[in-house]
Amino acid sequence: MTAALPPAKPRLRLATVWLMGCSGCHMAFLDLDEALVSLADRYDIVHSPVLSDRKVFPEGVDVCLVEGAVSSVDNLAMARRLRLRSRLVVALGDCAVTGNVTALRNQHPDGLAGVLQRCWGQAVPPADSPLPPLLERVLPLHAVIRVDLVLPGCPPEPGCIGRLLASLG
Amino acid sequence: MAVVTLHVDGMAVAVPAGAPLLQALTAAGVTLPTLCHHPRLSPVAACRLCLVELEGAPRPVPACVTAAAEGQRLATDTPALRQGRRLIVELLFAEGNHPCAVCVADGDCELQDAAQRVGMDRVTVPYRHPPRQVDASHPLFLLDHHRCILCSRCVRVCDEIEGAHVWAMAERGGRTRLIAGLDQPWGAVDSCTSCGKCVAVCPTGALVTREDVPLSPWPGP
Repeated sequence: MTAALPPAKPRLRLATVWLMGCSGCHMAFLDLDEALVSLADRYDIVHSPVLSDRKVFPEGVDVCLVEGAVSSVDNLAMARRLRLRSRLVVALGDCAVTGNVTALRNQHPDGLAGVLQRCWGQAVPPADSPLPPLLERVLPLHAVIRVDLVLPGCPPEPGCIGRLLASLG
Repeated sequence: MAVVTLHVDGMAVAVPAGAPLLQALTAAGVTLPTLCHHPRLSPVAACRLCLVELEGAPRPVPACVTAAAEGQRLATDTPALRQGRRLIVELLFAEGNHPCAVCVADGDCELQDAAQRVGMDRVTVPYRHPPRQVDASHPLFLLDHHRCILCSRCVRVCDEIEGAHVWAMAERGGRTRLIAGLDQPWGAVDSCTSCGKCVAVCPTGALVTREDVPLSPWPGP
């Protein structure tokens, strides 16, 4: 007679989100390489710019890794949406945790108008352009939503991301 | 030399009368994070990270400038002190511009070490992101005001050890900034001997050796 197997743990729904960042944190996530396969034993990846084609952020997410700072109106809306639909929100990398390089534009003495002028010169996008309007100041994630965990680094060590997900799963 | 006995977190230690409380902490095996303190320089109690609770005192006192006396009872690790230390480090990060990821001092920075010591996982106060300048006028060294925490170690080492008096603080409050000479570009200050002591004692990456110029030939003071 074989011993009864322990009851299987419920699989967790994992999402990753890319706000205003360079994608380096997602590259670090992908650098888990073969460990991603074992991660798939515990997680369903339900939304991600690098591991899923799903365009709409779903309901009922257990763990959401968020790369990047909050720099545009779209970033802000996405941050609020993912917070409402996720149990645990993880600020992934220095841009999400501190603003980091993304927030360097906050130093411009003329504010957002000065930044746009510096970048675009004569071709500053008109107010009715389809580009996402930028916020006056770049903010770290915890300045706009509640953040449960932080994982700093630029980018974070892939092993740290793996251990975090293993400890949660 | 008179010796006094005092209690640090309940542990009795003996130090010379009048010695700074930091010495008593060291004797008790307690190391607090410090940023303005340097063992070879006069203490100024600027960073406030070494605040301790002294029984009978109305408010916490800085251990670097408070004299040891017989029978004192100190507490160094209360919830209020821990909370205060973390807030001080957060305010330092929010006051200047400290993106560690693109700083030459990343991994070798006393401000970064202090943040880890006090458990700062995020800055809860709004960042100021002040527009500041970089002074690259000196042939060997560079001053990046973004990373300066105004600890004044450079001011003191240049005054007390090198005797060149190159550095000073200008203005007040949130506008306070480090100046060279008579608010001149560093490279234009004749009294600078290019000794590098200010660079050696800087706790952050504000004063660094330039890596874009060869070390020889020696350009002269």
